[in-house]
Amino acid sequence: MTPRDVAVVAFARSGHHEPADGLSEAEMLLPVLHDALDQAGLAPGEADFTCSGSSDYLAGRPFSFTLALDGVGAWPPIAESHVEMDGAWALYEAWVKILTGQAGTALVYAHGKPSSGDLRDVLTRQLDPYYLAPLWPDPACLAALQTRALLDAGLIDEAALLTDEAAPVPSADGHPSGTPHAPGARAATDGAAAVVLAAGATARRMCTRPAWIRGIDHRIESHALGLRDLTDSPSTRLAAERAGAFDAPVDTAELHTADAAQEAVLRRALRLDGTVTVNPSGGTPATDPVMAAGLIRLGEAAARIHRGASDRALAHATSGPCLQQNLVAVLEGEPAGHPGAEPEGART
Amino acid sequence: MPENLTAPLVVAFPFTRSLGPVQSAFLTGLRERTVLGVRTRDGRVLVPPVEYDPVTAEEIRDLVEVGTTGTVTTWAWNPAPRHRQPLRTPFAWALVRLDGADTALLHALDAPHARAVRTGMRVRIRWAAHREGAITDIACFEPYDGTATATAGATPHGGAFADPVTTLTTPARLDYTYAPGRAQTRYLHALAGRRILGERCPSCRRVCVPPRGACPTCGVATAEHVEVGPRGTVTTFCVVNIKAKGLDIDVPYVYAHIALDGADLALHARIGGIPYDEVRMGMRVEPVWTDDSRHPDHYRPAPEPDAAYDTYKELL
Repeated sequence: MTPRDVAVVAFARSGHHEPADGLSEAEMLLPVLHDALDQAGLAPGEADFTCSGSSDYLAGRPFSFTLALDGVGAWPPIAESHVEMDGAWALYEAWVKILTGQAGTALVYAHGKPSSGDLRDVLTRQLDPYYLAPLWPDPACLAALQTRALLDAGLIDEAALLTDEAAPVPSADGHPSGTPHAPGARAATDGAAAVVLAAGATARRMCTRPAWIRGIDHRIESHALGLRDLTDSPSTRLAAERAGAFDAPVDTAELHTADAAQEAVLRRALRLDGTVTVNPSGGTPATDPVMAAGLIRLGEAAARIHRGASDRALAHATSGPCLQQNLVAVLEGEPAGHPGAEPEGART
Repeated sequence: MPENLTAPLVVAFPFTRSLGPVQSAFLTGLRERTVLGVRTRDGRVLVPPVEYDPVTAEEIRDLVEVGTTGTVTTWAWNPAPRHRQPLRTPFAWALVRLDGADTALLHALDAPHARAVRTGMRVRIRWAAHREGAITDIACFEPYDGTATATAGATPHGGAFADPVTTLTTPARLDYTYAPGRAQTRYLHALAGRRILGERCPSCRRVCVPPRGACPTCGVATAEHVEVGPRGTVTTFCVVNIKAKGLDIDVPYVYAHIALDGADLALHARIGGIPYDEVRMGMRVEPVWTDDSRHPDHYRPAPEPDAAYDTYKELL
């Protein structure tokens, strides 16, 4: 049996919310869900499968995702799942659900309100609880360890970093050469994102130019930073290989990074040369809402295909310190004039 | 639009974790100022040690002792230490490969300023005065210009210590500012005035109490405010026979679902002012407010006949 063709047919994201907006997660999410559902012509509760990504550690409450369900029309009961991860991994689960024939359409969403707590503390709780978490190393400092390793290896230079908005700031004692410190220290904002996935003919009906998912894979590396080569990302390379990213050139790449140094690591692992347009969405992944930032990269890549601005795009999402876990998706649009109208059943 | 409410929220969780043979030996070793690593089948020495080979997933138990001096493999200056981090004064985070090890361990490096730190510099462990079998038994690293410690290579070690540490308690506390959202803020403000406010769904017309800004059935935003109650009907209930810790209510008592007049969702509350075994479905109740409370303390019987089953059966 030929696997079903599955596409991203709609994408929506919120603006960057301020804590002063006083919104609950459900209130923040609702307009975004409706935007994505409207694009696909779906009513709330109508998607065959719903999957979300968020984190109780951001909200400070157990099962916090259940309140967000108020926004999706979950009664009468819907088929629903949740990952305590970035929404990119929720998209992966929904993609598998559709591939296995258990659903024809899926709503995927993610939301994060990092302003509820202090990310510098919260993100230490995802680290190895025996050797790392008791030291409370904040994420910016861990990212700076990676930047320093890349500088030492000559894979990036300080001049390049300093021209980047995310450049390491000079240390407090005025160290002149820009000691790597605190890339990614810019505060992440609150927000949400949603996409709709659909299979075959349904996707064609919902979207003029669906972004067909040609492959997705995600891989993880050790939780022990000292075991890893921080100048490389073998998990990204393997995920890209398994997603088919190297089978043909891509014209666009949306990368989920905290800073310019991480982008350098990914460019090498993904073999992106000067011909590839990187992050054309103008996105600022470092300030995108935590838990939605990766899904936003996938959504932005898909939206570019929807608009006809890309024919083959790579989207990347990451999780954990120093690019510990990485997801790579390859999306394609069909050439203009592609018949594309064959019934879904004809492909099986 | 009233001011958005927020409230401090503290989550504290003292996780207690079992260590297993390798981590137990490593952390007990730190207590005894001995650093242990584990050797993989291909001969690499991992410090800090793990229980499974990160490449082959093979169980590894071959413990070795390594030096207490080492080399910085990468670092990052931390100009503003946070309060639970290892040092109070600015320091460098460093990955340190101890002499005899093939991998690096993360810890603080005490240095006067960033200029005093570089990749490749030699450092040694500064032990904490009070050690209990935790990674913080290493107070930090400090610059070291002497020769390598006696254990320059990795020497076999049985991992046996008197009174080994077998569990690790890691207290954690996270501070949040909880924001209930606009709908619940309106609800709470109304409650302060002893009014109970619901919101009507524009699609199914049902009134949700407490409101959360969206109709959970239709998945659409709710905005039309509707005052409900104060009286309501017991739709169903249970008798509580177990006294909750810190709750000053005698058992048995009744906890009930109450459909307030005008509401299409039942909320739940305690029933008082009536013996527990006289509470029944359909009983009409009204809220009892206490002086200092922002919400009804409980509901008591209202002086009117019970409601007919058909009037509340859809709300069960």
